[in-house]
Amino acid sequence: MNLKPETLRQIDEVITHYPVKRSATLPLLHLIQEDIGYIPAEAVEWVAAKLELQPINVYEVVTFYPMFRQKPIGRRHIKVCRTLSCALMGGYKTCAAFEKEFDTHRGEISPDGEVTIEFVECLASCGTAPVVMIDDDLHEKVDGARAKELSDEIKRQAVGRNKAASSG
Amino acid sequence: MIAPPKPDLVTVNVDGKEIAVPKGTNVIEAARLVGVDVPYYCYHPKLSVVGNCRMCLIEMGMPAVDPATKAPIMDPATGKQKINWIPRPQIGCATNAAPGLHIRTNTPQIKDCREGVMEFLLVNHPLDCPICDQAGECKLQEQSTAYGRGYSRYIEQKNVKPKRTQLGPRVTLDDERCILCSRCIRFCKEVARDDVLGFVDRGSYSTLTCYPGKALANNYSLNTVDICPVGALTSTDFRFKMRVWFLKQTDSIDTESSAGAHTIVWSREGVIYRITPRRNDGVNDTWMADSGRELYKAVRAGDRLAAPRVDGAVATVDAGLRTAADVLKAAPGAVAIVGSGRSSVEEQFVTRKLAEALQAPVSLVSRIGQGDGLLVSADRNPNVRGALVTGLIQALPGPQLTALAAAIDAGRVKAVVSVGEDLIAAGLTPAQLAKVAVVYVGTHENATSTGAKVVLPSLTVFEKSGTFVNQQFRLQRFLKCVPGPAGATDDLALLSRLVAAVGGAPVPGELHALWALLAAEVAGLAPVTFARLPDTGLLLDPTPFAGLPFAEGAGLHYQPAAAVAATA
Amino acid sequence: MPAPQQRRIIFQHIDEPGYTPDLACYVRHGGYEILKKAVAMQPAAIIDEVKRSGLRGRGGAGFPCGVKWGLVDRKSGKPIYLVVNADESEPGTFKDRYIMHQDPHQLIEGIMISAWANNVKQAYIYIRGEMPHGARILEKAIAEARAANLVGPKILGTDYGCDIFVHRGAGAYICGEETGLIESLEGKRPYPRIKPPYFPAVLGLYQCPTIVNNVETLCHVKHIVDMGGDNYAKIGTPNNTGTRILCVSGHVRKPGYFEYEVGKITLGELLHEVCGGPLPGRKFKAVIPGGSSAKILKFGETFTLKNKDGSSRTLSVEDIPMDFDTLAACGTMGGSGGVIVMDDSVNMVEALANINAFYAHESCGQCTPCREGSLWMKRISHRMVHDRARPEDGALLKSVADQIAGRTICAFGEACSWPTQSFVLKFGDEFKAYPETRNASKTDGSLELV
Repeated sequence: MNLKPETLRQIDEVITHYPVKRSATLPLLHLIQEDIGYIPAEAVEWVAAKLELQPINVYEVVTFYPMFRQKPIGRRHIKVCRTLSCALMGGYKTCAAFEKEFDTHRGEISPDGEVTIEFVECLASCGTAPVVMIDDDLHEKVDGARAKELSDEIKRQAVGRNKAASSG
Repeated sequence: MIAPPKPDLVTVNVDGKEIAVPKGTNVIEAARLVGVDVPYYCYHPKLSVVGNCRMCLIEMGMPAVDPATKAPIMDPATGKQKINWIPRPQIGCATNAAPGLHIRTNTPQIKDCREGVMEFLLVNHPLDCPICDQAGECKLQEQSTAYGRGYSRYIEQKNVKPKRTQLGPRVTLDDERCILCSRCIRFCKEVARDDVLGFVDRGSYSTLTCYPGKALANNYSLNTVDICPVGALTSTDFRFKMRVWFLKQTDSIDTESSAGAHTIVWSREGVIYRITPRRNDGVNDTWMADSGRELYKAVRAGDRLAAPRVDGAVATVDAGLRTAADVLKAAPGAVAIVGSGRSSVEEQFVTRKLAEALQAPVSLVSRIGQGDGLLVSADRNPNVRGALVTGLIQALPGPQLTALAAAIDAGRVKAVVSVGEDLIAAGLTPAQLAKVAVVYVGTHENATSTGAKVVLPSLTVFEKSGTFVNQQFRLQRFLKCVPGPAGATDDLALLSRLVAAVGGAPVPGELHALWALLAAEVAGLAPVTFARLPDTGLLLDPTPFAGLPFAEGAGLHYQPAAAVAATA
Repeated sequence: MPAPQQRRIIFQHIDEPGYTPDLACYVRHGGYEILKKAVAMQPAAIIDEVKRSGLRGRGGAGFPCGVKWGLVDRKSGKPIYLVVNADESEPGTFKDRYIMHQDPHQLIEGIMISAWANNVKQAYIYIRGEMPHGARILEKAIAEARAANLVGPKILGTDYGCDIFVHRGAGAYICGEETGLIESLEGKRPYPRIKPPYFPAVLGLYQCPTIVNNVETLCHVKHIVDMGGDNYAKIGTPNNTGTRILCVSGHVRKPGYFEYEVGKITLGELLHEVCGGPLPGRKFKAVIPGGSSAKILKFGETFTLKNKDGSSRTLSVEDIPMDFDTLAACGTMGGSGGVIVMDDSVNMVEALANINAFYAHESCGQCTPCREGSLWMKRISHRMVHDRARPEDGALLKSVADQIAGRTICAFGEACSWPTQSFVLKFGDEFKAYPETRNASKTDGSLELV
């Protein structure tokens, strides 16, 4: 596991926030996932050693919280809210629109590796339903048309990135 | 002796029955005292309280007082103090006795609560009792009979989980049967201090798991099987071997060390199938080590001595005893006895009588290992203190039989009686052993028995009754679980006949008769009889042996005398 | 009839053009003056003001804040912690999000005043994992405040200090339950603790006395200290004081968040006048008034309530004032202020299926009735919608819910069973008829809810 120096610095800093090291479990898992995209098995043991815990203590936590993933996902993470207010405003259609755009199913990495689409529970923005989070950004009132726009933008960025990669 | 402080008793009312219990006693235990069953799964008297199964829901009330004056409010209908009942049911396991606490367990609401929890526990349960090892001792089975509805309303798919995970070398897990009570997790964390078990995922999909790459391999892992209220954790050794309702239970003592955990030996038709711990809050709580559970396998081991031998040839017991007496009498003043810390108190007493009759010096074989801080103590002899109490020895045994070895080398010892001890393993060289005539009374073949002049097969701890004195100087009883094999004779009978054969004063070879003599002759055992010994054992006075450098370190319910003195 | 005017105290600057979440902007608008006033007061005097204000918690339970503070064990010799519940997760609720994103210093000032009042030296803001920007904004704001000696050791020239750290959750509704939140903050699975003995006020974070307050609640504390508890208590209605933020979502023309004096607006006014009424061509069918766990109200039902003088009054759903007590008297709750509206396009069996899927997903699994019951209810609902519905399924659903509520470690038991109990009670005919109506509702292809 190769963490960036900045991540390691943040990890050491965040541990000082708590009188009991174990409290830093969630912060460390967030930092590691932000750095390398998911929580590999070795990260569980690394965190346990860092916080003077048993690996099972960290493993129990990783598997409880849906935001922590134990496997890599697509380059972009599309989280569509499926809870009542969003569903009432067409959240299921929104999700279907994304699935169609990327030719994939919820919970899978799209064939081009670009996205993983997931249903998530309430994102606390029910007044602007349906809402979608793409990575860290919240998108409001995402109907089928807006889902198409957002998908197109992701695809445009992907094309740009691929060009840059091939020319560089 | 300082009298223990009188517990702070409070009176509580359970289903109309009043009882005085120590303050803080939880409702499950208080109800038990008045014969009221409060069912539970996750609660365990020796583990932390988590209150997750919700089976022990009870109605709870407190006597009403006027908030302003604190004066009791009386109920004119009954003339007694009014009880304010909490509408919401409470869990018994986390409700502690307080003055005036009222509990109801027999109301329609509680019946409904229990039926609800039972139904919920069964909706995702595989109901595979016909192939489940826990059947017959399963809390789900028992309590669904007593508190369940008797039919299922569940027509949906059940959860699918791993069915046969090897959690470790001795424990097998069926996750579909698990009711997520967390007893095993708490045991590993709180008692065994080996935090390897946990739940992964969440909600009804939560799954008991050992951390990948680790194993539930500690020497206490089988306690998780004992405390698992359902068939999720099973003993890999016992799995599919025998239905528990066919098994006879006999009280015994774990002989692997001087901790002396109380045990139950489970047998059928003379065959032992398993050993489990027997609760003793002063010794082992409800636990025992895995290693002690395997000892029964010695009973049917291939190297078990099957017949008496004289000079290597099969003989009768009478012939063996006769030869033994001849050998011993032929070496007056040159006989040594190697007694055993594995012998019972009674056998040690008769061994002493034999030594006195022959005027022979006595050695004991020392077995010192590493204590684990719990229930395997550093002294792997279960009964060295018995040898001290009975006067068989006056000092703790040394590490090797050096005195005996020197005496043999010097030609001062010509014959040795070994009570089940392998003298080679205990430090003699084969050359030294070859110089003496050995009378061997024991259960299994070893280097000593193969070269012995006389071999007299005897019984394992599972085939006889007697007592041991553990590290706390607690005199504790073990009982005969299964008959001994043909060809083996009770140790007491052999030893007492040998005493008589060498011309000693007659000693009873039967336990109860012997105890009359023991009580009369041994200081400290005067008030005891075998039949009346409490099941929990009897603490003897340790002061006559206070100066001895016992090997044991701190363990469960045990502090070495030095540590006690240091903190006093 | 014109809609009642909002009274924006907490949301005074939300969505205000030019208002930014930085310290300079906050100070320009009079920020941290109340903290200065507070540190000149005796802590006990502040607690007293909060008690007199009648402030009730805005997180869901409506427990009086002053009473909560009064329960804190101050004699233990252990540190007292303040934990800010910013795990806004109750479906239909979206108020704390805007405070934290747009006006973080208001929250920080509320925290520091509350910390001073309770001799708290360390506060944690437990924010939903799904609000990464909110966490960054808060961290930046705390850093600014720390640099200005408003947070940290020796604030405002006093010898008193308190630090604040932001702690991110990771997607678990149960972390909104205060003891589950504490377990999560301790780095464990967020299993709610049994009470007794683990009341946060005595044995909370790290087994120390702990105050857990909602974001909006702590913001109110600032304004209570500003105007005085007695003056604050004059806002709203007796026992339902102050303002509160109502979040409206679902089938209305203009959903959104609105701050009103508690009890000074009725549900009818809120939905018809403020939110513009039902969508074109639709009629209101049902409304959940306090977050998805609150019991549903059916348009057309009436409630006969007792007045203090012994007389009684009859209210329609539209007549219900949005205060804690009246909503409770109508058999539901004000909860977290999340109002979810459903019109006549919604099949209630399917709406309940959506809710049941949520609770089954979020049950922590610690205690039996909720763990097994919530998933069972989800499976029944799911089967009804997607496979085979039976006329008796409604009754079965309710019976399962009845076996959960009141029998669990935490209030999730109620949260997951109240929707089922109330949906089946009030729309029982729809559940009975569902085996016939299901295919009809599927063919128009309009709304998929589960």
